Amino acid sequence: MHDLTPSGLSVPGPSRRTLLRGVGGAAALGAGIPLLSACGGSGSSASDTKTVTLGSNASDAVPKKAFASVYTAFQKQSGITVKVNTKDHNTFQEQINSYLQGTPDDVFNWFAGYRMQFFASKGLASPIDDVWEKIGGNFPEAMKKLSKGADGKYYFVPLTTYPWAIFYRKSVFQQHGYEVPTTWDELVALCKQMKKDGLVPIAFGDKDAWPAMGTFDQINFRLNGYDFHVQLMAGKASWTDAKVKAVFDHWSELLPYHQDGFMGRTWQDAAQTLVSKKAGMYLLGSFVAQQFTNKADLDDLDFFAFPEINSAYGQDTVEAPTDGFMVSKSPKNHDGVVKLLEYLGSPAAEELYLKGDPSVVAASNKASTSAYSALQKKAFEMIGGAKSLTQFMDRDSRPDFTSTVMQPGLQKFLQNPKGVDSLLSSIERQKKTIFAS
Amino acid sequence: MTSETTSKSPEAAAVPPPGASREKKRVPQGHRRLLTRRDRVTLAFMAGVPTVLHVALVWVTALASIALAFTTWDGIGFDSIKWVGLDNFRQLFTDNPQFWPAVEHNVIWFVVLILIPTPMGLFLAVQLDKRIRFSRVYQTAFFLPVVVSLAVTGFVWQLVYNPDTGLINSLIGANKPGHYIDWIGNPDLNLWAVLVAASWRHTGYMMILYLAGLKGVDPSLREASALDGANEWQTFKNVIFPTLRPTNTVVLVVTIIEALRAFDLVFVFNKGAQGTELLSILITNNIIGESSRIGYGSAIAVVLLVISLAVIIPYLIATFRKERRA
Repeated sequence: MHDLTPSGLSVPGPSRRTLLRGVGGAAALGAGIPLLSACGGSGSSASDTKTVTLGSNASDAVPKKAFASVYTAFQKQSGITVKVNTKDHNTFQEQINSYLQGTPDDVFNWFAGYRMQFFASKGLASPIDDVWEKIGGNFPEAMKKLSKGADGKYYFVPLTTYPWAIFYRKSVFQQHGYEVPTTWDELVALCKQMKKDGLVPIAFGDKDAWPAMGTFDQINFRLNGYDFHVQLMAGKASWTDAKVKAVFDHWSELLPYHQDGFMGRTWQDAAQTLVSKKAGMYLLGSFVAQQFTNKADLDDLDFFAFPEINSAYGQDTVEAPTDGFMVSKSPKNHDGVVKLLEYLGSPAAEELYLKGDPSVVAASNKASTSAYSALQKKAFEMIGGAKSLTQFMDRDSRPDFTSTVMQPGLQKFLQNPKGVDSLLSSIERQKKTIFAS
Repeated sequence: MTSETTSKSPEAAAVPPPGASREKKRVPQGHRRLLTRRDRVTLAFMAGVPTVLHVALVWVTALASIALAFTTWDGIGFDSIKWVGLDNFRQLFTDNPQFWPAVEHNVIWFVVLILIPTPMGLFLAVQLDKRIRFSRVYQTAFFLPVVVSLAVTGFVWQLVYNPDTGLINSLIGANKPGHYIDWIGNPDLNLWAVLVAASWRHTGYMMILYLAGLKGVDPSLREASALDGANEWQTFKNVIFPTLRPTNTVVLVVTIIEALRAFDLVFVFNKGAQGTELLSILITNNIIGESSRIGYGSAIAVVLLVISLAVIIPYLIATFRKERRA
């Protein structure tokens, strides 16, 4: 997705859109009463069999247009109109609780993983096992796992995904004769060499507090494996476990090779150092490619999976945040919803979407890859070949825990890597109270 | 309204008061007649609408927030509200690594605002009060930051402080590896960096308040002190400043309020990362958005409310006492 963070939040800052939203809000207040009566009127038409309502967070131009083309194709095929209510990406996410409790649309955009399971277990989403009977064959096993709630029922139809990896410029590696590292020791050695060659080994910016989560995730599942990572994210494993401590020890080893001044830098600025060949590598989602606006630069961009740390797990896990659709608790047009989701779960819908938004790859392994760029192809293969897929720390765990405890916690670690022990016991204490509620 | 009431009252006034007993009956009746039906409806609206709004938006919400502070609630359905007693406060005071720094930063915020921009604003006001040339231009220039939204101020200043491309680091060459000065991220620096921005704005605000106060100073006081042979500093210290007492009270209250509600500037600047935690930001982070720790966030809000009351109540008591004496 476009100027979105991997957590799905759009990048903050008073943009024109924010201002417009304010104006829109004021206008909505003024127009509130006629709107309400209009809602009453449309309520009856929404329950007819020819319309499905859909709450969308695709407020950015590129995804919005890409989705629109998919819905138009669906209408041609089935005769059912998709009535889209688009909200600002950030606002959609912040209001999701009250949105789902009120009168939500039949279908809504959401993310796979724990965040999806949370709403499923709260009874705010409908199971869609009937849809998966038809579309099950279109998806690899890992995607199926991602689409199930804690009760084993399906609640989610994935559409697109993208990987987190270490990005680099082929020309820089060629110029200095670097090899892609496949083990931790090789990675550290490469960092040392880059520093000697006057490069910033690893570009980094953590102003928005989420990028550090990506680094933690990578080291944790490489070192302790997917199962432990999931346990830790679900609040079951302890943060004071020696395994977690080891993650931070590894991170501390790599930290001196990270770009200075990262606490005040956004990921976009950090990506610019990779664009300008001042930095050798950058661990980020493939949306880093958005910063490569020059075609020649973009063609020079490549990536490799985070190196192996523990041979028991190799490189078997890929962090691949997945976006898709869920169904609200009592959709008005159930048959239409099933038809829509069956269509959205088809390779044709994914191909159509990717035509409009080539920054991501299809979640289905049946979708044609012929239109992919080299980078997309590689991303697709990496995700397809993964034994397990993770989403991202703030999608794999409780949002209240990650936003109020982990984001400040990881920033604290980055400032003071030596204070890990007290930090971890503080995280564990807070985790217990949050997960108990 | 006055014309209506007077048009009715002559009738009452025309009847001469025949006796004390009669008058007793007549007074309430006449009083009732003073207000027509329309007056009463209008009054009911004028008093009723603000009361309803005030009760609903201030009292109900404040009390609900206090009640929620003793519960845990994820915001989904009222039946998921669970009573937890003082747990939220216990966690807040013992387990939350951000809480005490936040309290400290709110206090620092107040101390800095009262020590630096406030005297600065007074100084500017005194200078501008001398009717120097282009006074209006200076006034506008210094007051401009107050007019600009704090969110915009924060946005502009974080561009100035940007570690790579910011004005300051570019000027002093601190944007090269090994020489970084991380104004926004470094927890020892960022609060002071953001306070520079806050002071920049607060100075203009204080200047306008003091300028208004100075305009109200009786010119004869200056003349008198000049005749007594006082120099400029003596006049200011012994004559002008004491007469600014009411303004000083307003300035103090405004500054306390500014320190307690500090939010937008920091939120835009670095979202209250380590070093710039503030109570208001902790509340927002816990309640707004997906995190929805409504009980816990309310507990922080209650702490902020208690601090505000501790400051406001003595002030109100002092003001009322003074009024009663006068």
